[in-house]
Amino acid sequence: MILAVRDSATMLRRQLRHMSRSLSMLLMLLAVPIVFLLLFVFVLGGTLGDGLGGGTGGRAAYVAYVTPGILLITIAGAVQGTAIAVALDMTEGIIARFRTMAIARVSVLTGHVLGSLLHVLASLAVVLGVAVLIGFRPGATAVGWLAAVGLLTATTVALVWLAVGMGLAARTVAGASNLATPLTLLPLFGSGFVPADSMPAGLRWFAEHQPFTPIMEALRGLLLGTPVGTATAVVAVGWCVVIALVGYGWAKWLYNRDRTR
Amino acid sequence: MTNTSTGPAIAVTGLRRSYGAQVVLDGIDLHVPEGTVFSLLGPNGAGKTTVVQILSTLIRADSGEARVGGHDVLRDPDRVRAAIGVTGQFSAVDDFLTGEENLLLMGDLNHLCRAEGRRRAAVLLERFGLGEAARKAGAVYSGGMRRRLDLAMGLMGDPRVVFLDEPTTGLDPRSRRDMWQIVRDLVADGVTVFLTTQYLEEADQLSDRIALLDRGGIVAEGTPAELKRLVPGGHVELRFADVPALTEAAVLLGVSPDPADESLVLRVPGDGGVRALKALLDRLDAAAIEVDGLAVHTPDLDDVFFAVTAAEEVTSR
Repeated sequence: MILAVRDSATMLRRQLRHMSRSLSMLLMLLAVPIVFLLLFVFVLGGTLGDGLGGGTGGRAAYVAYVTPGILLITIAGAVQGTAIAVALDMTEGIIARFRTMAIARVSVLTGHVLGSLLHVLASLAVVLGVAVLIGFRPGATAVGWLAAVGLLTATTVALVWLAVGMGLAARTVAGASNLATPLTLLPLFGSGFVPADSMPAGLRWFAEHQPFTPIMEALRGLLLGTPVGTATAVVAVGWCVVIALVGYGWAKWLYNRDRTR
Repeated sequence: MTNTSTGPAIAVTGLRRSYGAQVVLDGIDLHVPEGTVFSLLGPNGAGKTTVVQILSTLIRADSGEARVGGHDVLRDPDRVRAAIGVTGQFSAVDDFLTGEENLLLMGDLNHLCRAEGRRRAAVLLERFGLGEAARKAGAVYSGGMRRRLDLAMGLMGDPRVVFLDEPTTGLDPRSRRDMWQIVRDLVADGVTVFLTTQYLEEADQLSDRIALLDRGGIVAEGTPAELKRLVPGGHVELRFADVPALTEAAVLLGVSPDPADESLVLRVPGDGGVRALKALLDRLDAAAIEVDGLAVHTPDLDDVFFAVTAAEEVTSR
């Protein structure tokens, strides 16, 4: 157990070095949610905000509505980077070397997960900062902030493990990137940008039942200081747990299988 | 560990492995005494890398037993891993890290303390001529430098058994020589080296024993000298200016020229050693026969393979 912690710390240091040497890719990943935020708030936000109800909300109402969805896009975009980094790692001989060493096997993966978690949390802080700059006014209590950070962290851990699985399952770097792309689109096909009840029946059903919607709803409530239904909160956390467990199990199985067969 | 018995560094019996319907290893037996160099020689696709992968715990055999450093690769893989260093055919270097960082990473993963890790990294960088490139990223290293860094990474844990899978494939002649010297130094330190190669010369230069692997089976095993005796391919080619000189030499040396060959060349069997060559030329000189040109043909992998696999085919009939 102590060995696993020590090896994971070593792999985390390796991961942080990698990140410090691929800053341009990290900035690219960070640019996407910021561009989305600016686009939706300044280009579409006036009209969309009016449509949220009442007909007078405008841009200010929309920035409050869209920020949780943008935060989810931030996470999804960043974990796409995780999938790519894992796939890239697997094409290199260094992983074979790690497998011939007396180290905790899973540490290769936990290094990626911990590195990505730090990367995502930093990205979320930047994006939230931009949102505040353009008029996002969170009304969360201290407890609400804590819960919001907790939910964002849980979502990140879940999606990172899923992305690690994608990176391992893909045979190429491009394949890993493609596998992870739908994650960045899910907030759009949920209640991230417009309420689900404004959508046509089939799409609406999907939006209401996909995992990102309850997470975004819960996040919106926590950040704005509005009530969060117990059912929403339970479903949001439940999805995180399920995705995390499936992602972890899948990734571990893929990593431990005999890759040469 | 208190394993002080001087058993074999590697002991393999009845190793089999298939990929689907394709049999890659068909019952391999190997025995490598401690502190020796053992070469597995064979063409591409013979199964050399598969043997290394099994012995270094990367993949499992379908059946058979393999012990490395006294430990079973299946039952005790972590003990095996702690005892070995592996350098693959394709460099296992982290391109994002500098040479020094790659070595320090290996130090951390071998659970050395910081100071010891730095000390060993400095020694290895110096020893492998990587001192100047220590702070450059692995991505910019030349082929030879990568291979040396790769090997240095495998040595950070002070292994007792080192696997080198085609360590010089694709290297220029100078880098190849450097690699050979490194292997010799390793053996001088008492390390057991298990080497795979396609080059007979390399196996000849470095090994105590050589096994010839072909289509999943060991077709010959022995010391380099023993193996070479299996090969009739060594000869000296003498070229003459005209037919009388050729005929005269053929009579003198008791070798009949190839009637199908009209190039005035006589093939004299022999190993092409300096003494034998001098004696040959002295005889021709004493008989006042003018030699136009001379070439020494030493047995190469093709010859060995041809000889051994041809013999196999005969006995299996």
